[in-house]
Amino acid sequence: MYRIIKAEELAANIYLMDVEAPRVAKSCQPGQFVIVRMDAEGERIPLTICDYDGEKGTVTIVFQVVGAATEMMRSLKAGDSFQDFVGPLGCPSEFVNEDMQALKEKKILFVAGGLGTAPVYPQVKWLHERGIDADVIVGAKTKDLLIMEEEMKAVAGNLYVTTDDGSYGRSGMVTKVIEDLIESEGKSYDVCVAIGPMIMMKFVCLTTKKYELPTVVSMNPIMVDGTGMCGACRLTVDGEVKFACVDGPEFDGHKVDFDQAMKRQQMYKTKEGRDYLKAKEGDTHHGGCGNCG
Amino acid sequence: MEADVLKKVPVREQDAKVRATNFEEVCLGYDKEEAMCEATRCINCKNAQCIKGCPVAINIPGFIEKVKEGDIAAAYQIISESSALPAVCGRVCPQESQCEGKCIRGIKGEPVSIGKLERFVADWARENGVKPEGASEKKGKKVAVIGSGPAGLTCAGDLAKMGYEVTIFEALHEPGGVLVYGIPEFRLPKQDVVAKEIENVKSLGVKIETNVVVGKSVTIDELMEDEGFDAVFIGSGAGLPKFMGIPGEQALGVFSANEYLTRSNLMKAFDETSNTPIMRGKKVAVVGGGNVAMDAARTALRLGAEVHIVYRRSEEELPARVEEVHHAKEEGIIFDLLTNPTEILADENGWVSGMKCVRMELGEPDASGRRRPVVIEGSEFLMEVDTVIMSLGTSPNPLISSTTKGLEVNKYKCIVAEEDFGATTKEGVYAGGDAVTGAATVILAMGAGKAAAKGIDEYLSK
Repeated sequence: MYRIIKAEELAANIYLMDVEAPRVAKSCQPGQFVIVRMDAEGERIPLTICDYDGEKGTVTIVFQVVGAATEMMRSLKAGDSFQDFVGPLGCPSEFVNEDMQALKEKKILFVAGGLGTAPVYPQVKWLHERGIDADVIVGAKTKDLLIMEEEMKAVAGNLYVTTDDGSYGRSGMVTKVIEDLIESEGKSYDVCVAIGPMIMMKFVCLTTKKYELPTVVSMNPIMVDGTGMCGACRLTVDGEVKFACVDGPEFDGHKVDFDQAMKRQQMYKTKEGRDYLKAKEGDTHHGGCGNCG
Repeated sequence: MEADVLKKVPVREQDAKVRATNFEEVCLGYDKEEAMCEATRCINCKNAQCIKGCPVAINIPGFIEKVKEGDIAAAYQIISESSALPAVCGRVCPQESQCEGKCIRGIKGEPVSIGKLERFVADWARENGVKPEGASEKKGKKVAVIGSGPAGLTCAGDLAKMGYEVTIFEALHEPGGVLVYGIPEFRLPKQDVVAKEIENVKSLGVKIETNVVVGKSVTIDELMEDEGFDAVFIGSGAGLPKFMGIPGEQALGVFSANEYLTRSNLMKAFDETSNTPIMRGKKVAVVGGGNVAMDAARTALRLGAEVHIVYRRSEEELPARVEEVHHAKEEGIIFDLLTNPTEILADENGWVSGMKCVRMELGEPDASGRRRPVVIEGSEFLMEVDTVIMSLGTSPNPLISSTTKGLEVNKYKCIVAEEDFGATTKEGVYAGGDAVTGAATVILAMGAGKAAAKGIDEYLSK
C-alpha cells in the first residue's frame, strides 16, 4: 500500500497528492509518469508526476476528475492509501541526458495547458536547479482553473500566464502567446516543450512549425500496463508505430500524427463517460450520454 | 472401474455449448477413482522415456506409482521435488509433444494421461492442504528474481528450497506473469489454481514485491550494489506485442492479443462489474494461429462475438496445441485458414469496419521447414468485422537489457544466456524463459528457471 501524505484540491476538479513511494521517488526524473490503482478492483490509471523527493520518498501527483475512476479518487484523503503505485515509467525528458554546457546555451520555451502545468513543473525545476532559466507559458480556460502559478514562478525565467476568456493574465490561447513572444516581443527559442490536451499540443506544433522551432510533446494515450506489453498506447510518429509508454511519452511534436492519436483516445471515452454519467445522475439518468435513449 | 489398456480414462469436460457462454474451467479433471484407474495403465518403465520428455524432469513413473496406491500426498511430494507449479502444468503443458509424446503406451494406443494425473495430484494436494516441503538450512545469501511468471516462480521456488533468501520483483500489481495476464480463466482458474500455487512458493519463504519495474524503479546494478543481492535471475518474459505493419492497424477496435487478454484476465474486464472496459465486438477476427490466438478467440466468443481465426497457413501448420484447436472448434470458432489480411478498413469515425484479405496456397518449405504461404493472385476479398485482434507473437522487453551494463542481447533483443545453466554475459546474472528464447511455453520457461537455479547455486557455492 502507498500512503497519501497530503491531498488538496488545487482548483475545481483538480487534485494534488503527495504519496509515499520510495522506489519511485528515488528513481524519478523529469518527463516520466506513474500508474496507480485505487483499490483491488481499480483500473490502472496513468498519472502525471508533478514533483518528487527522493529523500522523503514521496511523489507528487496531480489529476483531474474526468471519469468514473478519477471521480472515486478525489475522495481520498491524507492517511488513505493507494493499492498500487508503480513507476517511474517512460523515458526521462531528452535534456536530462544532454551535455550540460550545450544545454546551458539553449533557450527553452515551455508551453503548459491546463493540467499539463503539473508535468511541466518538474522539468522547469530540474533546469532551474542547474542554473538554467526557461521561459514558461501557462494557459488555462479561466482564472479559477489555473494551477501552480506561484510554484512555477519560483523556478521559471519568465512566466507568461494566459486565460482563454481573459479573466487573468494575458487573454487568448497559448498559441497566440507564442506568436506574440516571437513576433512582437523579440524573443527567440531553440526548443519548445509543450504539454497539455492533445488538441492544444497539435496547435502548438502547427504554430512552432511556422518558426521551425523544434517542439517536444508529451503523449498521454490510453494504456493498460505502461511497460510496453499491451500496445494500447501506440501512435504513429514519422510514419512509424511507437508505444508512448516505453518509447515516449515525449516525442518530436512535428512528427506525431495527432489526428490519429486523438481518435484513438476516444476508444473507451464513450464507455467511461457513460459510466460516469450514470453514476452521477443515478435514477435521473435518461439519455444524454449518447448511448441510452 | 477398469482401465482399457489402449485408451485413456476419459476426462470430464463442460459441454461445449454451455461453456461457450461462461468463463468457468473447460476441463473438469479426474476424480480419485478415475486417477487411480488411469494410473494402472502406467507400466513403470525402467528406462522411463517420459522423464526425458519433461523439461523439468519430474519422476513421472514414481508419482504415478503412488497414485496407483492411492497415496496422493506422497505423489505430490515427488512432483514437488521437480516442479513448483504442478496444478498449472497439468493444465497448460503440451504433454502430447513432451512426456506423453514419449510414453511407450502411445506406440500402440493412447499414452498414459500424465498431464491429467499431475493435475489431479496437485488439485488434491491443494484441497487437502498439503504443501511442498521447504529448506531445513539457510545459506545466508540473497537472490533477486525479476518477473513472477513461470520461469521466475520456478527459479525462486528451487532456490528457496536450497536455502537461499529470495525476493521476486514483479512489474504488475499481481504476481503470476503470463499465468495471470495471458492465459484465460477458463483454461487456468486464477484464484483457485494460480494464486494458490504462488502461495505455495511463498510458503517456501520467497518474498514477492509487486509494482517494481526493474530497469525503471530500480536497476539490476542497484539491486546488486545497494540492496545486497548476491545473484540475479531475469525471467521477465517476452511482453512486447508484434503488429503486422499493414494499413489501418491503428484503427479503433484493433488490439494486440496482449491488450485484449490483459484487460479480460488481469483486469477482469469480462466481468460486467469490472472497472476496466473491454470492447465487446459483434464479429471478431483473430489474426494468428498459436495458443494465444486460441485464447483470444475463445475469450471473444465468451464475450458474445462471432469469432474467426485468420491464419495464413493450413490447419496442419497451426502452432497451437491440438487440444486447444479442438476446443475452439467445438465451441464454434470459425477457422479461415490460408487467409492473410492486407488492410484494415475504418468507418468515418475511425472504427474498424472490415478487413481486406487474400487467399494463400502453400509453396516450397521455408527456413522454418514449414511450407511457405504464397498469395493467390486476384483472390482479394473483404471480411466484415468490427474488431481485429493481432496475435502474431511477442518479443522481449528491452527495459532491462537497455539499463543493465554488460548484459548482451541478440538481434531479436533476447538476452544471451548459456544454455545449460542460464549464465548471461554479466557476472552473477542469470536469465531464462521467454526473455531468452522469445515467446515459448510455460513449461520451457520453468525448465530454464530450474536450470538457472542450479547455475546460481553453483555460482554462489564457489
